[in-house]
Amino acid sequence: MLKIDDLHVSYGAVRAIKGISLEVNDGELVSLIGANGAGKTTTLHTISGLVPAQSGSIILDGKDLRKTAPERIIELGLAHVPEGRHVFARMTVEENLLMGAYIVRDKARVRRQLEMVYGHFPRLAERTRQLAGTLSGGEQQMLAMGRALMTAPRMLLLDEPSMGLSPLLVKEIFSMIKGLHADGITILLVEQNAKMALAISDRAYVLETGRISMSGSAQDLLHDDKVRRAYLGA
Amino acid sequence: MGEFLQTLFVGLRLGSVYALIALGYTMVYGIVRLINFAHGDFIMVGGYTLIFTVPLMTAAGMPAWLAVVIAIAVCALVGVLVELIAYRPVRRKGTNMTALITAVAMSLFLENLAQAIPAIGPNPIIAGQFFASGGFRVAGVTLDYITTYTIVVSAVVMLLLYVFTQKTKMGRAMRCVSEDKSAAILMGISVNKTVLSTFAIGSGLSAIAALMYVAQYPKVYTTMGSLLGLKAFVAAVAGGIGIVPGAMLGGVVIGLVESFTTSYINSSLTDTFVFLILIIVLLIKPAGILGKNVGEKV
Ligand SMILES: Nc1ncnc2c1ncn2[C@@H]1O[C@H](COP(=O)(O)OP(=O)(O)OP(=O)(O)O)[C@@H](O)[C@H]1O
Ligand SMILES: [Mg+2]
Repeated sequence: MLKIDDLHVSYGAVRAIKGISLEVNDGELVSLIGANGAGKTTTLHTISGLVPAQSGSIILDGKDLRKTAPERIIELGLAHVPEGRHVFARMTVEENLLMGAYIVRDKARVRRQLEMVYGHFPRLAERTRQLAGTLSGGEQQMLAMGRALMTAPRMLLLDEPSMGLSPLLVKEIFSMIKGLHADGITILLVEQNAKMALAISDRAYVLETGRISMSGSAQDLLHDDKVRRAYLGA
Repeated sequence: MGEFLQTLFVGLRLGSVYALIALGYTMVYGIVRLINFAHGDFIMVGGYTLIFTVPLMTAAGMPAWLAVVIAIAVCALVGVLVELIAYRPVRRKGTNMTALITAVAMSLFLENLAQAIPAIGPNPIIAGQFFASGGFRVAGVTLDYITTYTIVVSAVVMLLLYVFTQKTKMGRAMRCVSEDKSAAILMGISVNKTVLSTFAIGSGLSAIAALMYVAQYPKVYTTMGSLLGLKAFVAAVAGGIGIVPGAMLGGVVIGLVESFTTSYINSSLTDTFVFLILIIVLLIKPAGILGKNVGEKV
């Protein structure tokens, strides 16, 4: 579904991504793990067109994303839940969700998606008119995910969905991601919490200062000594 | 009592005009974080458009004020062109300071350009009458038509603008872009198109302000937008720059301060008082009357 080949990204003189290649197949849940500053967010931002690539290719279902205007990428069925949530703080919960469906013209479809999201996240349904900026961190994460689901995307990019959440909420968020995967949505998941990410993933890539140092099935990586020492605190 | 009411109405009239102009500053600032110093000059553009199109209107047997429709279109176009030609390229390459200097340059450019046009030239042009003279009698004072129309029209326009930003897709897109550009892009919103619409609407509003202002002070000249724009900018900052209701409130406050200073203190001190009020407001609330100081981008 998504295929990245020899991607290079720089911020001025800083070379953040130094030639990575990765692939996410239809229906897969793939994790991208790595230390702070490894380039995980940069990778997702480049896929979504928020950051321009230097060279390399990013192909989604045969379409070259580097040649697609950033705001049109969502029309291809790819939604991105950014690091730090980025909900619209001065808008209500429901307005945020409606913004998620900005490209959907059919009002009835928007209503259906809204019901679906409220079904997935009952906590949001109780707070439709609350300003997003006043939600708790966990609720904001749910809102950011719900907003990304409003177009019924075929693929999701999730950037550190568990960041800053209590252990209980982390579990809740991970089980939601598992549920989305089970529903058939293709997912590329970036996580600091490598252990839990690997536990629910099919495959994974390890990113180290802009290069992929390891990749394989999530199970294999979970039991790999190097991965265990570096990322699983074992 | 009569004098008080009269002063109040005059203040509201001035304030409505400031508010309409302040909205342009605040909307553009909200979306691209730029003080568009050329915005005041859009009033001049609106003023001259009215001067040249009112005779056409009357010749066609239509009311003079209907020329404002053309003025809105011309101002919107000028706003869009200024953004496309001057601001967008600079925003892409330069710093905030470069953008600010470009804005000052655009202001001077528009004034010079106007002077260079033979039909305009350096001398003021006196405008004809836009509205019937006379007025309503309310509570023992005469409310002239211009004052009444200015207050009512501005209130309606601002109400429509508020509904637009809250309820329409384009309006919501504007709020998103002004809050969080990258998140807006992820929603499928085109930032460039949204910025252009904001310039068009903000500049269009200055044509309405021009109609109301010139109706009262029928003199159009190339630098007429400078002080007017400056005070409206003060209004936008006092209300909380980037916040739409703040610009409305700030405009009305500045208008009232001006009118009451003129009536009760000394008319040569009005501009001093306007800035004094701004300084006091900002000392008490650094982000403006409706601005939030913590946790939120202006
Ligand atoms: N806007 C930017 N300008 C300059 N350098 C940047 C920018 N954004 C990221 N970088 C640099 O690029 C590198 C990769 O950053 P990135 O945010 O992609 O890492 P990350 O893996 O997501 O880290 P974290 O786990 O902390 O979120 C870092 O060295 C970072 O300092
Ligand atoms: Mg990151």
